[in-house]
Parts: sequence; C-alpha cells; structure tokens
Amino acid sequence: MASGTRVPVAKTYKIYIDGKFPRTESGRYFTLENADAEVLANICRGSRKDFRNAVVAARNAFAGWSVASAYLRGQILYRIAEMLEGRADQFVTELILQGESKRRAQREVEASIDRLIYYAGWSDKYQQIFSSVNPVASSHFNFSVLEPTGVVSVLAPDESGLLGLVSNIAPIIVGGNTCVVLASEQLPLCAVSFAEVLHASDVPGGVVNILTGYREELTEQFASHMDVNAVVYCDGDPDDTKGIQELAADNIKRVIDRVDTDWDDEAAQNPYLIKQTQETKTTWHPIGS
Amino acid sequence: MALSAVKTNNALPDLSQVALVDEVGVKERAARFQTRSIKKESKVEALKMVLSMIDLTTLEGQDTPGKVKQLCQKAIHLHDSLPDLPHVAAVCVYPTMVGVAKKALGNHDINVASVATAFPSGMAPRQIKLEETRIAVEDGADEIDMVISRGAFLQGEYGYVFDEIAAIKEACEPAHLKVILETGELGTLDRVRRASVLAMHAGADFIKTSTGKIQPAATLPVTLVMLQAIRDYYYETDRMVGMKPAGGISTAKLAIHYLVMLRETLGQAWLTPEWYRFGASSLANDVLMQLQKQATGVYQSPDYFSKD
Amino acid sequence: MVKESSKLAFNDGWQYAPAPESTDHFEVDNQYGLFIGGDFIEPANGRYFETINPATEETLSSVALASATDVDRAVKAARKAYNGPWSKMSAADRGKYIFRIARILQERAREFAAIESLDGGKPIRESRDIDVPLSAAHFFYYAGWADKLEYAFPGRKSRSLGVAGQVIPWNFPLLMASWKIAPALACGNTVVLKPAETTPLTAMKLAEVIRDAGLPPGVVNIVTGAGETGAAIVNHPDVDKIAFTGSTEVGRLIQRAIAGTGKKYTLELGGKAANIIFADAAIDQAVEGIVNGIFFNQGHVCCAGSRLFVQESVAEEVVQKLKDRMETLIVGDPLDKNTDIGAINSATQLETIESYLRLGQEEGAEMHQSGCSVPDRGYWCRPTIFTGVSQSNRIVQEEIFGPVLAIQTFRTLEEGLSKANNTPYGLSGGIWTDKGAKIFKMTQSVRAGVIWANTFNKFDPTSPFGGYKESGVGREGGMHGLDAYVRLEV
Repeated sequence: MASGTRVPVAKTYKIYIDGKFPRTESGRYFTLENADAEVLANICRGSRKDFRNAVVAARNAFAGWSVASAYLRGQILYRIAEMLEGRADQFVTELILQGESKRRAQREVEASIDRLIYYAGWSDKYQQIFSSVNPVASSHFNFSVLEPTGVVSVLAPDESGLLGLVSNIAPIIVGGNTCVVLASEQLPLCAVSFAEVLHASDVPGGVVNILTGYREELTEQFASHMDVNAVVYCDGDPDDTKGIQELAADNIKRVIDRVDTDWDDEAAQNPYLIKQTQETKTTWHPIGS
Repeated sequence: MALSAVKTNNALPDLSQVALVDEVGVKERAARFQTRSIKKESKVEALKMVLSMIDLTTLEGQDTPGKVKQLCQKAIHLHDSLPDLPHVAAVCVYPTMVGVAKKALGNHDINVASVATAFPSGMAPRQIKLEETRIAVEDGADEIDMVISRGAFLQGEYGYVFDEIAAIKEACEPAHLKVILETGELGTLDRVRRASVLAMHAGADFIKTSTGKIQPAATLPVTLVMLQAIRDYYYETDRMVGMKPAGGISTAKLAIHYLVMLRETLGQAWLTPEWYRFGASSLANDVLMQLQKQATGVYQSPDYFSKD
Repeated sequence: MVKESSKLAFNDGWQYAPAPESTDHFEVDNQYGLFIGGDFIEPANGRYFETINPATEETLSSVALASATDVDRAVKAARKAYNGPWSKMSAADRGKYIFRIARILQERAREFAAIESLDGGKPIRESRDIDVPLSAAHFFYYAGWADKLEYAFPGRKSRSLGVAGQVIPWNFPLLMASWKIAPALACGNTVVLKPAETTPLTAMKLAEVIRDAGLPPGVVNIVTGAGETGAAIVNHPDVDKIAFTGSTEVGRLIQRAIAGTGKKYTLELGGKAANIIFADAAIDQAVEGIVNGIFFNQGHVCCAGSRLFVQESVAEEVVQKLKDRMETLIVGDPLDKNTDIGAINSATQLETIESYLRLGQEEGAEMHQSGCSVPDRGYWCRPTIFTGVSQSNRIVQEEIFGPVLAIQTFRTLEEGLSKANNTPYGLSGGIWTDKGAKIFKMTQSVRAGVIWANTFNKFDPTSPFGGYKESGVGREGGMHGLDAYVRLEV
C-alpha cells in the first residue's frame, strides 16, 4: 500500500515453467479488469508452445519427484503451507482486487493453507490405506501398491482463484506426480503468486508448472498431448467435457472429472483425490527355499 | 619411488564363486564413513597423506609438451610457501607424453605413470595395445594404467579379459600395472567385485576405478567394494594389491573420507602411496588450501594457488 | 581359506583426533520440576534426585521425584484437559499442534541430540542422525492422522480413550517419548508420561517444546521418578490406558496389576532376536548388519540381533570379518563425533552385563573382545562376541542388553528357523540371503513382530513395531499404531 505520495511499483505477472518465471513465448497478453473496468494487470496469454515446454519440464521433473520419499513430499507440502501462511495478506489483497469481499477472501486463504496441511498429512499414509497384500492361492507373496501416474494436466476451476487451484495441485503432487496447470481465466492473479510460494518452498522446478491464458485456446492442448498421463478438468458443459474426453482417448489418458465440485466444502478434500492420479502395481514373488 | 611389481601365474578364477554384493548395504556403509569427523592434527596428517598419494593427471586430446611440462612443474613445486609438503606420487599422461614428463621431472622422486591399451575405450587390437605399452615403458614410464575390455567382460568372456591383463602385465615389466575397471560401465556392484577378483588374479598390482572420462567415475560405494575384494584376496594369497579411485574426487574433504574408508577396511598398511593413489587434477589445490587454512586459521582463496 | 590370525592392522599409524560436539549453545537447568498442567511445578514432598552423565559420572541436573500425590495431580490435569479444550477442538487443529511440536524439535535438533548423549551415554552421531530426526518424524507422521482417523478403521467409528499413562525406558529416551505421545495425542487422548529415572532430561526439554507449541495446559504432563512413580501411574484409577516399554519382568507386573481394571494396555518388552546368515548372503553387508544389530547403541536395544546364526559353510569367514570390523569400532566419549559405541547407561546396567560376561565364560563359552581403549571414568563395555555356545547357554537365552553377541552355526533352513523360534521372546529377527524366495519363507515362519531381510534395526514412523509372545503385545508406529489409542464403535 502506498504511503502518502509514494509511487508504487506494479507487479508483472508471468507464468511458471521448470522453476523459472518466463513470459509467454508468444508475447501475447490479455487485460484483467476489475468490476469498474479498471486495469488490474496484463496477464500472459499462454500458447501451445508454453504448454509444450511445460510438459517437457514436468516430464523431466517426474523421475526425481516420483521417487522422493513420502516423508520428504509431506515436509515440502507443509512448507508450502508455512509460506502461504506468511504471505496470506498478499493473497487476500489479490482476491479482493478480483472482486471478493474481505471476509470471504480471508476464509479462502485460510482454507487453502489448511487444505495444504491436510494433504501434507496424507503423504505417508495414503499408501497404507489403499495398498494391499493379496492372499493368493499359490505359494507367492503378492502385494499391490500405488504409483504415481506421471504428468497430469489440470484445467483449474474458473470460479475459485486460490482454493480451487490448491485443492487440485496438492493431491496430485503429494502422490508423486508432476503437473501443468491452467489457471482460472477470470481469477488468475493468485495462481501466479502461488507459483512464487511454490518456488520458495523447496518444490523442485518442473513439479508444478502454472500457465495463464484463454481456456478456449488451450483446452485442446491440455487434453490431447501424447506425453500427458492424466487430464483433470473442473468446468464445462457436457459438450465441452465430451470434447476433452474424446481427445484424451488418443493415448488413453486418465480422465478426471471434477465439474461442479464445491471446493469450500470439507468433503472436497479426501484421499480419493490422491488415488485418482495413481496406478496400481501388483508384484508376485515365490515363497520357498 | 621404487615399487614392487609381482609376477603371478594364476589361473582364471571361478567367478561364479565371487561374493555377492548388496547395493543398499554398501551405500549405507559408505555413507557412514562420511560421518567421521577428522580434525586438527589428524586432519593435517590426512591432508599430507592425500597429497603424497595424488597422481597428478592430464589426459586431454589437446595436451601438448608445454602443458605436460607445466604440470610437472606443479608436481615439483606444489606450493613453495608451505613448508614440509610431501611431493605427489606421480604424474599421469598419455604414452606420447611420457618422454616429456620424464625429462621435466628430472631426478625428483616422482613417478611417471602412463595410460595405455587404447585408453579410455580399450577398443583396439591386442597387438596395438601391447605395442603401445612397450613404447610407454621404453620411454620411461614407471607405471602403466591399462583399461579392461568392458565389452568382453559384459559378454562374459572372462578368459579373454584375463589373458589380456596377463599379457599387458608381461609387456610392461618392470613397470607396475594398474588395471582400470571402468566401474561406471560395469552396471552393478556384483560385476565390480567380479572384475576386481579377475584383475587381481591376472596379475594387477593396482586396481583402479575409472578412466575419469565418463560418469559416474569413482564413488565411495564402488571403492568400498573394490577394497573388500582386495582384503579377501589378501587373506587368500598373502599378496597386497593397491587401489586407486580416479575421477570425481575434487575436494580434500571427500579425499579424507576415502582415507577413512581405506583405514577402516584394509588397515594402516595400505595408507601409503605405495598402495593407494588418487587420480585427480584439481584435488591438489583444494588440499593445499585446506593445509593453509589449518596453518593460519583463515579460509583461503583459489587466487593464491597456482593452476598449471 | 581364511588364515587364523587377523593380518590387518587397524589401530597404529594415523589416528582420529578428538572431535567433540560443542555444548556451549544450550543450557541444562540445575533443577527441573514436574511438568503438570502446562507449568513446571515443585513435587509435593519436595524431593529431587540426580541424573548423571554415564561417561563421566558427573551430575548433570536434579529432577523432581513424583509421589503418588503428584501423579494424581497430573492425571487430574490430563483429565481436565481431555474433558475441556482437547476434545472440544477440531481434529484438524489437534493435528496442527502436533505438527508444531515436530517443527520445533527440528529447529532445536542439535540441542536435543547433545543433551540425549550427555544424559544417556549414546554417541552424538546416533542421537544427531537417528534419535532426534526420527522423533520429529514420529510427531510429523501422527500429526497427519489426527483428522483422518475415519480412514484407518474400516467399518468402525473411532473414539479417543481418555487419559493415557505412559512409562518409557532409558535406551531411546526422546524417541520413546515421541512414540508414545504422538499417537496418543493424534487420537484425541491426553497424556501422563514418566521418563526413565536415568534419562529424564530430553523429556523435560520436550515439555518446554510442548509448552512453546501452545498445546493447552494438561494435554501432556511429564512426571519424573522411578519404579514407584511408574506404579502410581499404572495403578491410578482414572487412567484409561497404559503404554509401557521396558523389561519383560516389569511388563509382567504391570499386566498383573491391571488385571480386572478394564484398562487397555500395550507392552513393548524385551527380546533376544535371531540374526540368521545364510551361505548365499552378501557376506560383507551381512557383517555390517551384525554390527548394526548388536553393537550400536551399546546393544541397549530391545530388538537387538543378539543371537547370531551363521550357516556353517561361511561361519569362519563371517567371524573373521566380524572381528576385523570390531577392531574399527571406537568406544568412547559419547560427545565425540567419531564414537561408535558410547557409555553403558548406568552402573547397574554395566554390572548386569559384566555378570553375563562372567557367566558366559563360566559356562565354557569362548569370549572375544575388541582391543580398543576405553576411558578411565564412566561405564564402558567393549564389543564382545561369544562362540562355542548353544541354545542351552543362559547367555543365549537371556537378554543381556549390552554389546554382547552369542554366535551359533546351523546347517539347514529348517534348523535355523527352529532355533530362531526357540525362545519365549518374539520381537524381531534378521534374515540374510540373496534368494528372495527364502526371505519370504523365513518371514512367513519366524515368530517375531518385525523381520529385517538383508538389513537390521531400521525404523520408520510408518512401519509398525512390536512383539510376539513375551516381547509384548500391541504395535507402535504406522496405521496399526493407532489401534492402541482408540475405542472402536459400530
């Protein structure tokens, strides 16, 4: 906040790829305005090439992130919560700028922090509730475990600028996946700031990549890229979602439909959101001598 | 420095009987060595030991007589302002530079080690490798660092690899022979152990981890496996074999951990340049900086130490 | 193959200079009161007792001697907190408090490690690299369960029990405190905990952390004392659940004392684990596993691999390598970063160990100790192995709780298995073989709660720990560790 006659420094909103903050390679932008048609910021209008680069980064980061210990991932998620808590005011301000009331904004930021802590606590437990030792009839030790599916593309909820974003990213990465996220088109500010929080939290570069841009331009990319293992979407009418599902079929992408989820509701946080981006691997080994 | 080079007439050992190695266990043990805290007088002693064990190395396609002479100059004058420094063990060069190095080192008690046998790949006909070895020794090499034929080894052609080592051993008399396993290409620690046993039975005076030209080069776990192989061979035959980790050891701190590992695996008898070497180039300056820091209590800058 | 005498010389030549951990970055108070209701208060009878450094025999501090009256105060404080803020707050908030404890422990890690070594005798490297990080990890793990209990018990609703009375031993003081407190709190209970009389200090420091973390007063109460204080906790009528780690002898007393009271209990008692090495094991790593299993933490480990079984064809090689390895173990000042084996925890324990050493020799076994030096003052025992023993030797049957290993040979898998199980204990076991099928066969058949294959003494907050038979009842750690602290309803 400017004190007296000080000239404030306006923030440049970039995108977040591979642990760095580039501008969109396309050089395009769109204007974010508030309710009074005042310009809040120029937002990067991300391109298919940005998305392509982000997927490469996510794929490269997957090898290391997927084998990081559950304990480490939990510690990192907790750290993200610590960082977000420390910067809560910034996020409240951005939500207010984008049209939320102060009270709702504060509640949304607090809920986002608590949601991160919730998922941090699952890092070393979801495996315990979803795995099994299977009592096969032959003399074999047989066990099933969950493994992260890989690179997940996420079309973040358009109407929830922070909580919806966090609610989708956390369960994906706590499970060892990496992701490329398209921020809400109408409420993009917190997504970029959240990238800064991630960056300050020991999250390795490439694990989370955040783009801003037009849904209409980028959805096809998010749904069709052959090196993406799963696609998550949170909005769309039946025609839109059918389109995503059809494109996803080309490489049998896992399709995760989170349309009409009330992200404020506590029921929106649960370990099944982690499980949705996991594969199950079953191993056999003889028991004998 | 005089070195013992033993001739052996062993037969090819039965490699299926070689000890199994558990990688996770090895890594844990190796990590434990790194928690040893070496301070004060034991640190100074260790730093000097490291210096005395260095084979100062230049093995570049762009090496020239000028470069080799400068390296020899460094070998002789590590850091004249520090008193009582030991000299390095050897200078290590390509065969075509052996003569230059020999002349540049003059009467100083620093050996000339030469790589040979189509270093680093080892991909050349047997006769070429033998000829190269002979030339290097004629030109004055005191030590020969050969590479094993990794392709043959990975194919299971142990007899071929064994014979090759034995032949080079014969050709390099009276120089002593270091056998480079190129552990980074062998894949598993089981194979490293097997290759170590093979090389020792074929007559190696030293077994060496790597050429330093690929990653990974020397690591604590790989070196530990080789030290354990040397220990078991010693118990079996009463013959000591030396060990040289090469490549990737650029800090004094890490080199000291290698010495800790050596001391606690093979004991005091191996803690001399006669039985242990470091294949390194930039390590020497880091050791010198540490010695200076121990002497003055002040952290050093590389600007004050010559780079040759 | 192996020559008779060790031809490797380890101990002349280049030595390691002392590398002492500094103790000037923290303070230990001269006196500690009882941590009850969120404050340190004086004991009712005004009595204190001393805790010493077993490496120097010097007094470190004095701590309060809690009487039955004090225990009653503590239980009342715990009950009040349970009925009040602790059960009223949301499970997620409960979790947040426990996360705070974990984080503060991480921040104060070095201080805790140094005090643990000073008070108990274990090497600073162990407390620094294992005890303290693992303790923080336990709080971290269970913090996450607080608001997720509905997923841990299929088909059941879980409810907290109330007040948990917890008595812990001196071998892993801070770690045992975290093993007890973390799950109890996560499940919504409140706690009265008594650390061992020879190692109270890290518990007192933990009390500071709990206070600084802002937990409501009375949620955790820590009372210091000896056997009588422990008995007062066990016998207190308003304690709903007892958790005890210690000797089988005392565990028996506790189980008897609780009979008829309806109190829930878990007991984590002694062990005499079999560490079994097959001829097809990776021998060098197996030797390291032996050393890990019996010599680290001075052998003061309930799950120590104290009975070694080596398949006869590799016995000579294994023993030779073990002897070589023993020569490189450094026994000495726990605060020296190079020390491998620290001080024996107390004069009493040293006398116990020494009586077994005498007994073993009287029974005709062959004793071998490493040749290392030990300091003049303090309580020390060199790493020791006994050969020429069988299952009928008392040193093979009874828990010594020191760095003393009994070595036997075996021929077949069935024989190894039968001897491994031939004990009233059943806490842990080790299997060393390169053959996977054999591992699973052994894990299927060894009657012990924790089986390590090609490793030993590995612990993790996610991994359940506990014994069969006289090694105790119940599990700590992992999802299974929640069972002890809840009541299940349909």
